[in-house]
Amino acid sequence: MASSELHAPREEEVRHEHPTPRKYVWIAIILAIITAAEVAIYYVRALEDFLVPFLIAFALIKFIMVALYFMHLKFDSKLFRRFFVTGIVLAFFVFTVVLLTFFLRPETPGVTG
Amino acid sequence: MATAALQQPRRSIFARPTATTGWYSWVTTVDHKKIGIMYGVTAFIFFLLGGLEALAIRAQLAVPNGEVLTAEVYNQFFTMHGVTMIFLVVMPMGVAFFNYFAPLMIGARDVAFPRLNALSYWIFLFGGIFIYSSFFLGGAPDGGWFGYAPLSTQAGQDAASGLADRGMDFYAVGLQFLGIASLAGAVNFIVTILNMRAPGMTLMRMPVFIWMTLVVSFLLLFAMPIIAVALFELMFDRLFGTRFFAASAGGDPILWQHLFWLFGHPEVYILILPAMGIVSEVLPTFSRKPIFGYAAVVFAGAAIGFMGWGVWAHHMFAAGLGPVANSAFALSTMFIAVPTGVKIFNWIGTMWGGSLRFTTSMMFSIGFIAMFIIGGLSGVTHAIVPHDAQQTDTYYVVAHFHYVLFGGALFGIMSGFYYWWPKIFGHRLSEKIGKWNFWLWFIGFNLTFGPMHIVGLQGMPRRIYTYPDGMGWNVWNMMETVGSFMIAVATLIFLFNVAVSRRKGREEAGADPWDARTLEWSIPSPPPEYNFAEVPVVTHRDEFWHRKYFVGPGKTVEPVFSGGAVDHSEHAEHDGGHHIHLPSPSYFPVVAAFGMLVSAYAVIFALPAVAIGILIMTLGFFGWVFEPGTAE
Amino acid sequence: MATHPAAVSPQPAHEEHLTSTGLDNVKMAMWAFLGSECLFFGSFISTYLLYRNRTNGGPDPAHIYDIPFTSVSSFVLLMSSLTMVLALAAIQRGDERGMRTWLFATAFLGMTFIGGQIYEFTTFYEEGLKLTTSPFGSSFFVLTGFHGAHVSVGILMLLALVGMSLAGRLSQADARKVELVGLYWHFVDIVWIVIFTVIYLVPTE
Repeated sequence: MASSELHAPREEEVRHEHPTPRKYVWIAIILAIITAAEVAIYYVRALEDFLVPFLIAFALIKFIMVALYFMHLKFDSKLFRRFFVTGIVLAFFVFTVVLLTFFLRPETPGVTG
Repeated sequence: MATAALQQPRRSIFARPTATTGWYSWVTTVDHKKIGIMYGVTAFIFFLLGGLEALAIRAQLAVPNGEVLTAEVYNQFFTMHGVTMIFLVVMPMGVAFFNYFAPLMIGARDVAFPRLNALSYWIFLFGGIFIYSSFFLGGAPDGGWFGYAPLSTQAGQDAASGLADRGMDFYAVGLQFLGIASLAGAVNFIVTILNMRAPGMTLMRMPVFIWMTLVVSFLLLFAMPIIAVALFELMFDRLFGTRFFAASAGGDPILWQHLFWLFGHPEVYILILPAMGIVSEVLPTFSRKPIFGYAAVVFAGAAIGFMGWGVWAHHMFAAGLGPVANSAFALSTMFIAVPTGVKIFNWIGTMWGGSLRFTTSMMFSIGFIAMFIIGGLSGVTHAIVPHDAQQTDTYYVVAHFHYVLFGGALFGIMSGFYYWWPKIFGHRLSEKIGKWNFWLWFIGFNLTFGPMHIVGLQGMPRRIYTYPDGMGWNVWNMMETVGSFMIAVATLIFLFNVAVSRRKGREEAGADPWDARTLEWSIPSPPPEYNFAEVPVVTHRDEFWHRKYFVGPGKTVEPVFSGGAVDHSEHAEHDGGHHIHLPSPSYFPVVAAFGMLVSAYAVIFALPAVAIGILIMTLGFFGWVFEPGTAE
Repeated sequence: MATHPAAVSPQPAHEEHLTSTGLDNVKMAMWAFLGSECLFFGSFISTYLLYRNRTNGGPDPAHIYDIPFTSVSSFVLLMSSLTMVLALAAIQRGDERGMRTWLFATAFLGMTFIGGQIYEFTTFYEEGLKLTTSPFGSSFFVLTGFHGAHVSVGILMLLALVGMSLAGRLSQADARKVELVGLYWHFVDIVWIVIFTVIYLVPTE
């Protein structure tokens, strides 16, 4: 139909290439291993100094894997990814600033930290 | 088509209502135009209520030691005035225009989710009624519209009725309630604008008003959850004894301020951007020129949307955030004046060299620009931290935000009324009465809020219910009160205009009374239920203008000869001939919204009864999911 | 628009091909909503981060959290994402029975998680951490409780899908509905990934 060519340029329509169930299971196994690792290093005294960066890195990997594969962001329209990433980045930005203003607040008399 | 006999057995309890006239059709409608009108009417009624509160406040402050209101009632009135004007007037007025015109301007037959749209309206209406019912149930909210903890978390007793003071409970629950409506609306408009555009309507061909709608929807999408959390925590503090803002237990009231203004500043743009969108439609039409620097206006709007997230703490300069935070937010606040300035220059550029027609709508738009410049400039003075320390909580601040929200948002909305009235109702508002309306409104406005700059700098604090004689404030306060009653008269003149224009010497508008530029003017006034008999194919920005005129040799604008316009016959089979599928009316949005209302009362008065509300809500959504797609 | 093509019109409307972007309306709405939810949970999580050391003389995080227990329930929720995606894969290849099984498994794992949360809350109450004890208590219970409410809503939606399928109202053509519930479910799981790390594992001071 003539009118469909006049539509706004479409977002890519690369779909229908979802992973197979086998691949889903593999992803789940990786996620499970990472979770086990998270809990394990929590108890390792020697890693105490690096604990937080490790934990955050692990959580980030899990987060991204679920979003990309289970939520199909890897295969779906970029627009969806933008909606979601905007929400995450915005939340991260504003709340980092909020918490910084609290933790860096000058100690003035009458203001409790 | 199915015969009546065949249809009979299919009519179950889920059958969709079919009425198209009468009150019942309004209750069950999912037509964006009817919902838009309902939003507008409801918001206008709240505008009158909020206005009456303002008049009572001004009557109280007309002379020193006023005795019109008691301190308690005064607190309730100024809080409710703010809550009303922001959440029940300016926001829903914007939504009214979005509803009615967003689909028309992008060439769509309805919004993406018509029933969700109806749900938004009913939640808004019930939310407004809910908050106002507090006057009869132990006193209205009295902690200011931004409800700072710990004032807002304190329990008390209503002096008049002796009932427990539930005012701030209604505030916390009621605003969450309204937030659901805004969030649903935001999702709806994002999808509508991105997905329902007519063929050829690319993003950069969309009218500026649509762009502003899109930016506002994104702001709502990301700002409403933050205030919802803040209100949720406030509600828990008040009703269930949590310690979020209880300083005695280590809680931090400053957190409330952060969460509130994280929402509150984007909210400012949520209030003003729709008006900016309206003005950006009105000025080109009455200047007979395309908008100057379309791309710049659009990007400035989007930039305001982004930067609006980085300035919230300028509301908190007096809270002691420390010099680093204060400086950073002072800078970002000064920067946000840049895109706003860009827009103002573009509007002026649009008028420059145009053949201007000073209709009432145009005058309100020009008034918008002038008043908004004043409000914007006083806003920049707040960005200077030491200066702000002097201004905080004085009438100077009151003057500032009334110049942007009244001088800005409400002027834009009035401009929109005069501009689009013919499209919505098929007849014009009287221009003669309109001029009276404008001038009284304009003079009354400046008389009311202009002197507030002066008394503010003289040190008159806001939110005091009376003031002593001999402070040098008397003359200014009397002027303000006179001005506020002039605004009231101007509002009555508007209502008179609405009533008179309907009847006497009705000026039938026709499809295109202003020789306008955008698609909504290409269809009859009022628009048919299906909006467009044939979905338009868009080839230009200002599509309708290009269908009427072309630029001839020698760069003169010449009308397109009749018959030379875009040939419709080619597209006629697209959907002409067949009956056009429109979403059928539905009972369930109002049922679901009613369930939420029951829950809201239950949270405050009888917690277990929340179950009843949730049950009604669930039934509503159950019916929603299972009702048939059309009434057939 | 939640139209029911099979019941009403002879041909299912392929709405996704009629939109300006070529994307499905409901799916776009869902992603917009999830973007919004990020700010929701962001607000609650930062409230918690601000208050986690403000115990008002009550129990503090280091002493009250039961990491092994929470690890197990986190694992349960993580695995529910796998069963969810398998349900979607099943319906996409037309296996309605398989879908019902996986949906039910997902709901069951979700209920296990909620059961664990109820147990955890009860234990904390007995150990003296109440909603009203301290800003720490308030922010912990409200954050995790709010998340639990999300999981519960998800369970209801999963069971509704199972019900629709049993009533014959959920065929391969309606796979999108399963996908939407799945998006919501995975999002709730993602939020828990963050909560588990930031709230439970990252040590205080």
